[in-house]
Amino acid sequence: MSAEAETPTVDEPIVPSPGSTGPSGSPGRRLPLGRLIAALLLVVLAAVPLFVAQFPTSMLARMLIFALLAVSLDLLVGITGLPSLGHAAYFGVGAYTAGLVAKHWTAAAPIPLVAAVVVAAFAAAATGWLAVRSHGVFFLMLTLAIGELIQQLSESWSDVTGGDNGLYGIPAVEVAGEPLVLVGYVYWYVLIFAVLGFAVIWAVSRSPFGAALRGIRDNEARMRSLGYSPFRYKLAGFVIAGAVAGLAGGLLAVQQQLVTPADLGFTTSALALLAVAVGGAGSLWGPAIGAALVVLIRDVYGPDLDGHGTLVLGIVFIVAVYSLRHGIAGLSTTQFRRGPGRQTEKADG
Amino acid sequence: MSALLELRRVGRSFGALKAVDGVDLDVSSGVRHALIGPNGAGKSTLFRLISGEMPVTTGTVTLTGNDVTKMSQVRRARRGLAQTMQHSSLFLTQTAGQNVALAAQRHRGTATWLLPRRQPNVDARVGELLDSVGLSERADVVVSALSHGERRQLEIAVALACEPSLLLMDEPAAGMSPAESGRLTELVLALPREITVVIVEHDLDVVFALAERVTVLHLGQVLLTGTPDEVRGSAAVQEAYLGSSNRGELFESTSAPPQGPLVPNLLAQGPLESTGGG
Repeated sequence: MSAEAETPTVDEPIVPSPGSTGPSGSPGRRLPLGRLIAALLLVVLAAVPLFVAQFPTSMLARMLIFALLAVSLDLLVGITGLPSLGHAAYFGVGAYTAGLVAKHWTAAAPIPLVAAVVVAAFAAAATGWLAVRSHGVFFLMLTLAIGELIQQLSESWSDVTGGDNGLYGIPAVEVAGEPLVLVGYVYWYVLIFAVLGFAVIWAVSRSPFGAALRGIRDNEARMRSLGYSPFRYKLAGFVIAGAVAGLAGGLLAVQQQLVTPADLGFTTSALALLAVAVGGAGSLWGPAIGAALVVLIRDVYGPDLDGHGTLVLGIVFIVAVYSLRHGIAGLSTTQFRRGPGRQTEKADG
Repeated sequence: MSALLELRRVGRSFGALKAVDGVDLDVSSGVRHALIGPNGAGKSTLFRLISGEMPVTTGTVTLTGNDVTKMSQVRRARRGLAQTMQHSSLFLTQTAGQNVALAAQRHRGTATWLLPRRQPNVDARVGELLDSVGLSERADVVVSALSHGERRQLEIAVALACEPSLLLMDEPAAGMSPAESGRLTELVLALPREITVVIVEHDLDVVFALAERVTVLHLGQVLLTGTPDEVRGSAAVQEAYLGSSNRGELFESTSAPPQGPLVPNLLAQGPLESTGGG
């Protein structure tokens, strides 16, 4: 998961270490620790199916998928300053698209995933064109409405989506003509594409375009006076986030072999937003950990808690909001960074 | 010299209040042109009408021969209009260099890059600009650690990164020490002549030190446009600023280099000048 381990370029120390990020915000060699941890984590994650039983392996695959959704949402919330309550819509569009393509056309990798990304991007472009014109609570409400609309569509268009029963019987993904049936192989398939998705979001957030998104988040009026069109940048950010959410959805279709309207409903959107808030908006890796925590509490420990997993999530959320100003990601920056610069780090999200 | 910026009968009303009322203004290419006037004269409103931050109620704005009246601020910015703000709005958590880079990358065409690649031409331009405003040593310092004067200098570097043909400056010397405003004056005087400068400023020492043309606004209208000497000698201007009883006191000893607020203290009193009034 090399994608999430780097901190964004905005959080510069007052006097950066030699060889740190240049003025254009391009990447530099700061603490190699982050990369080291990322590389180590990747090795551990790749080795999981060799040592771990099937159930935890498939749970970990779910965590990766949900983490990818949360990280793509962080591009909107933390980097662009657009808190969305309907991001699961694009996740769901991707999941249904991949499922339908696999069921009715071909399950050959990576065609269903590519279709998921493309259709989710189009859905994000069409709806984002409306949504990103609004700000703050209006954006929240509009994305909520869009999410509900798309969920309604998935429920009522039963000829295509299977309605309330969901889209079931999705065939296993095929690699070189062989269907991936074993849990470990499916996990590896998910891991590869999740890492690719993380890498995309990471690259975008550290690119000149990502710097522009941060500028728009912090001061839209100033960006206009510099000649930036906030609408275009926000729309592009929205589409990229939607496309990566679509990729996560495509992976869900592979992993679950079933897609239901609940996968793109309000609860999924809200949990993704919760993962971002708990993890620390804007850090990318924080929301990934937040997402893993959400899946852990809801799906792994949930059954032992007599279905009170959501209650525990609520408590975790309250504790995180009150005691961790920058979420889980804030903990590490406190340890590794010094100087007054970091005190004023973005508190939004 | 051709007119770079032309305002014809430009007006802006807020309800019944006419903050700017039928202003005609011609700013020739390459000139340093100051807008002055007592509090409430409509300077900042006029500034926003020129930048496109606020639409005009009446009249037309022409920039480099093109009618930009209906154009958004973004499109005017792309046509070479840059500005420094009255209240510094730099990105406080970013370094001085990053602030300039954000402007430079837009105008060097790399702002839409989606990969974290190095931008040598942007980096070079950033270095050049920081050097030109005397901040090359401070490139890697976050803005929140810069002094007020340094932030103002940085504002200029950011505006220059937009490759402007017209630079609008809204009270660049506000809150500056005499030494800092002296440095600012030198900086503006050293700008290349391809850049036309329109400056709104309370500090008359700064105005008379750098402006070649001065427009005096009063109650939203142009009272007088002329050379600094003409403005100094105008009885109408003195009356507008101080009322008839104080005539003759306004512009004493202001032609010397800036040494601190003399009369401007009088002018700087009171609430900040109209930011809309409505």
